[in-house]
Amino acid sequence: MRFVDEFRDPAAARALVAAIAELAGSDHFKFMEVCGGHTHTIYRHGIEHLLPENVELVHGPGCPVCVIPMGRVDDALWLAEQPDVIFTTFGDMMRVPGSRGSLLEAKARGADVRFVYSPLDALRIAVDNPGKQVVFFAVGFETTAPSTAVTLVRARDLGVRNFSVFCNHVTIVPPIKAILESPDLRLSGFLGPGHVSTVVGTRPYEFVPKVYGKPLVVAGFEPLDILAAVAMLLRQIREGRCEVENQYARVVREEGNPQALRLMAETFALRPHFEWRGLGFISQSALRLAPAFAEFDAEQRFDMPGVRVADPKACQCGEVLKGVIKPWECKVFGTACTPETPIGTCMVSPEGACAAYYNYGRMHREAAQLVGRGGGR
Amino acid sequence: MCLGIPGQVVEIVDPEQHLAKVEVSGVRRTISVRLLADQELGAGDWVLVHVGFAMAKIDEEEAALTLDAMRKLGQAYQDELEAFDSTAIV
Repeated sequence: MRFVDEFRDPAAARALVAAIAELAGSDHFKFMEVCGGHTHTIYRHGIEHLLPENVELVHGPGCPVCVIPMGRVDDALWLAEQPDVIFTTFGDMMRVPGSRGSLLEAKARGADVRFVYSPLDALRIAVDNPGKQVVFFAVGFETTAPSTAVTLVRARDLGVRNFSVFCNHVTIVPPIKAILESPDLRLSGFLGPGHVSTVVGTRPYEFVPKVYGKPLVVAGFEPLDILAAVAMLLRQIREGRCEVENQYARVVREEGNPQALRLMAETFALRPHFEWRGLGFISQSALRLAPAFAEFDAEQRFDMPGVRVADPKACQCGEVLKGVIKPWECKVFGTACTPETPIGTCMVSPEGACAAYYNYGRMHREAAQLVGRGGGR
Repeated sequence: MCLGIPGQVVEIVDPEQHLAKVEVSGVRRTISVRLLADQELGAGDWVLVHVGFAMAKIDEEEAALTLDAMRKLGQAYQDELEAFDSTAIV
């Protein structure tokens, strides 16, 4: 119980852990946390070792950096290396390896790659550099897509001609469906993503209980939120209920953010299919720019190679992203693949299961083994 | 990537363009509040800030809890603060 001490309210954490143990009894439960932010919290606070051994958390595909396939990174590198291009990106993407190195390495070779906090910062760079083509590398789930949407509307309103978006936004529901259809996993339920749900609300998850018979609880990002959501999932199962519940109601509304959804509908269209790293092609799982915003679409402005590149053979990010294996079960984890020299995307992003486990989880697991807990998992 | 950081609205600087000055841990920057255009928003309100956009209104207690949790993230929180510090939007 030593990990409980770093919680804001250790007594509440202990009470929740006790409730979870009682609800779980001797049955085995496996819950997937869809969101990389949850994965980070779980490893950071050693939550998996607080839980009874028969209540297992597996990590899902909700890390936007992790799911970008190598071919798209190569396209980003190609764009960054075009003459008179300023390529702008969130810091998380800088170290993601393509087949010819990362954006950070392209920058070292002389490409004008700039890290931005906000897509509106990228637009600002375009306004300040009218002689250059400024491309924004848009990645992220529905948490981030509305910000790109507002930026596109702003670019149109300002009449900025030298700004374009390389759109890689993805949506959360299709990969959940893909995982539910996958025969590899037998899940008892899901922890639903927190901040994606501030945008999409809780209704899009209704198919999880209705069609697949699995409960889903939208959860916040504090350690206590995660424990409370696990208890809610178990309570549903024990009471014979199966529904979408919202543990994070203090931030997430049932209807989400209608204004954000409207702006997304105005600026984006669904791609027929999109490749996800390790998960393969998933239909209607990603966004491109809507025809009305075609002039800002980097894929139309530039004659990009768009070549599909297979994931590195040694890398098992796909299995990690589907929750089939734990980070430490990957053949190259911590040896050939480390945060300093990542092979796979899961080792790059702080939300990636491998990076979170490398940075925090190992210590908790080793400590847990010392006190005789959680060794085999 | 999906990190949201609580900030307090200092003033609405441009209602037409939905721009507001927001303070996060003592740092004041202009962000877009267009995603909350259909909600009442004014000085003193707390919002969840993600990549330069207010995503959701939150109450003061939630803001305090989230800030506390984020400080415990250590480097990730510092990185997010530095990034927020760097922003200069149109």
